[in-house]
Amino acid sequence: MKAEKPSPSDRVITFAQAINEALAEEMRRDPKVFILGEDVAEAGTPFKVLSGLVKEFGKERVIDSPISEAGIAGVCVGAAMTGMRPVVDIMFGDFATLVMDQMVNQAAKTHYMSGGKLKVPMVMRTTLGATRRSAAQHSQSLHALFSHIPGLKVVLPSTPYDAKGLLKTAIRDENPVVFFEDKMMYQQKGIVPAEDYTIPFGAADVKRVGKDITLVATSSMVEVSLKAADILQGSGISAEIVDVRTTVPLDKETLIASAKKTTRAIVVDEGYERYGVTAEIASVIADGAFYYLDAPVKRMGAMDVPVPFSPVLEDQTVPTPESVAEAAKKLCRKSF
Amino acid sequence: MAQAGKKNRSTPAPVGINVDREQLLRFYRQMLKIRLFEEQVNQLYLGAKMPGLAHLYIGQEAVAVGVCEALRPDDYITSTHRGHGHCLAKGASVDKMFAELLGKVDGYCRGKGGSMHIADQERGNLGANAIVGGSAGIATGAALSAKMRGTDQVAVCFFGEGALGQGLLYECMNMASLWKLPVIYLCENNLYNEYTHYSETTAGEIEARAKAFGIPTEAIEAQDVELVYRTMSKLVERARKGDGPSFLLCNTYRFHGHHVGDIDRAYYRPKKEEEEWKERRDPVKLLADKLVRSEIVDRKFLAQTENEIASEIKSGADFALNAPYPDPEEVNQHVYA
Repeated sequence: MKAEKPSPSDRVITFAQAINEALAEEMRRDPKVFILGEDVAEAGTPFKVLSGLVKEFGKERVIDSPISEAGIAGVCVGAAMTGMRPVVDIMFGDFATLVMDQMVNQAAKTHYMSGGKLKVPMVMRTTLGATRRSAAQHSQSLHALFSHIPGLKVVLPSTPYDAKGLLKTAIRDENPVVFFEDKMMYQQKGIVPAEDYTIPFGAADVKRVGKDITLVATSSMVEVSLKAADILQGSGISAEIVDVRTTVPLDKETLIASAKKTTRAIVVDEGYERYGVTAEIASVIADGAFYYLDAPVKRMGAMDVPVPFSPVLEDQTVPTPESVAEAAKKLCRKSF
Repeated sequence: MAQAGKKNRSTPAPVGINVDREQLLRFYRQMLKIRLFEEQVNQLYLGAKMPGLAHLYIGQEAVAVGVCEALRPDDYITSTHRGHGHCLAKGASVDKMFAELLGKVDGYCRGKGGSMHIADQERGNLGANAIVGGSAGIATGAALSAKMRGTDQVAVCFFGEGALGQGLLYECMNMASLWKLPVIYLCENNLYNEYTHYSETTAGEIEARAKAFGIPTEAIEAQDVELVYRTMSKLVERARKGDGPSFLLCNTYRFHGHHVGDIDRAYYRPKKEEEEWKERRDPVKLLADKLVRSEIVDRKFLAQTENEIASEIKSGADFALNAPYPDPEEVNQHVYA
């Protein structure tokens, strides 16, 4: 969320409505755009993100599919190669494992393998995020898997405003784009212009300006980091929050510039910490800002355990405002 | 086990589809082109001129040619790791094919795809695929796209009987049947999943798998190109009219090994079986005999045709051998469009 308070003239809608609006606008603009997924039509998905779209665009463009994640992803690859712009809905990010061959070996490689002749302009929308009490197979944040693959772009919006602008960019992109929505964020509200706008990929956004430490965050962890910044302010530490928005392409310049300025950085992400997105981003910062840093770059991801069901266990597995603030204080302690 | 010794149990040819003299000659030329192309590929491999490996299509020529001759240039195909025959039958030129196989910049994919990834979108070839069964989604999606765009294009999904073990195929057949998509699932049963006879990997009846989805199914002895063409024409017409998908099982045989380096094959299939197929069920020979028997052409004409094609193959291979490699800078190009 932006730090500024919405003025009365600004329109406030939810994250889910922002996604819905981006899809509706793009489907009105381009008849080639269509949606394929499980329970996307009348049901509007279990999260109700797509509610109402079938009414406007019909069952020919908002297509309910069998429960066949690999199949629907593959069908979208073929449709994209032949002139359509599909948006495939993969309900839970955990089901991404089922679409891996289609996204990794087909979608991601087609343009390259064909020497630039074929293109796959498709979007795979899916979810991430734990603490919904959904246990190990409905709670993972697997964006690192896709960020690892050349040929894919990976988008992680953290606000309703970013969600709309980034999804519209994703649909207009000529490449396969994997778009992760934090399912815990769907009801979160924010200012979203009713008009058409896009947000470029590879442009990190400074969500809060600070001077003592940089908290680089993705998706769900942006809000966590903003709350951590509030806590830190009470201790006299000024935290800068940088939202990467897209892990591929990654806006290295903005991350490095922020770390150079504050001299300290923590990377916070809800994916598993081991070999995760935090490792890549921390290494980018360490390489680019080494001579400016007053502390090693710290990483905070999800615990390296399957996400447990019991709330008392689950809540320990993801970074919280308190744990991020605690880590930031430790990094800053020597000089404060 | 092998069907080599069995009597030909071919399906009666569908009526109403005429195959004239010119078409038969064209079938012959196309099949022979594939045969000689693949023999040249083998030579390039043996001469250490080709990087990597290649999976030869020799023995199965009647399938690719019979199928692709029933298609329009704007119809789609997806192909397999054993895909040279499909590419050529869909209209690819031998020089750019050879160039791709040698990793040269003049190849169909600028040398980035190689033998297992040739794509030629101008002729509707959406690419060979090195994941067994991996293109089932692409072909089905191309059919959905054709339907949504309101064209009457059809898509053909080529796969070997080995792909019958992949779940993706069944997910896609289910959707194609539900949505009446213009796609034809074309199963080439060459008897071997790599080094294993299909009977060891495939339970039940192959055709029953498609029938379970309500997809009309045919099975043919596919060394007879005319029969493949006639059967395929009927299925293509059906798809084009909007009557939905079909499944065609083409019984055939891979004359060579799984790939060019698979020389010692006795441990998985008897030499006698190979000899029987080559002697009695070679699709190129069968058509040549038919052309002569029906007095359409004589042996001299066939020899002359073979010379013409051999010289096309030779000049294609020479073109590729002399073509430049890609600029090293190209390694980073085409990752993103």
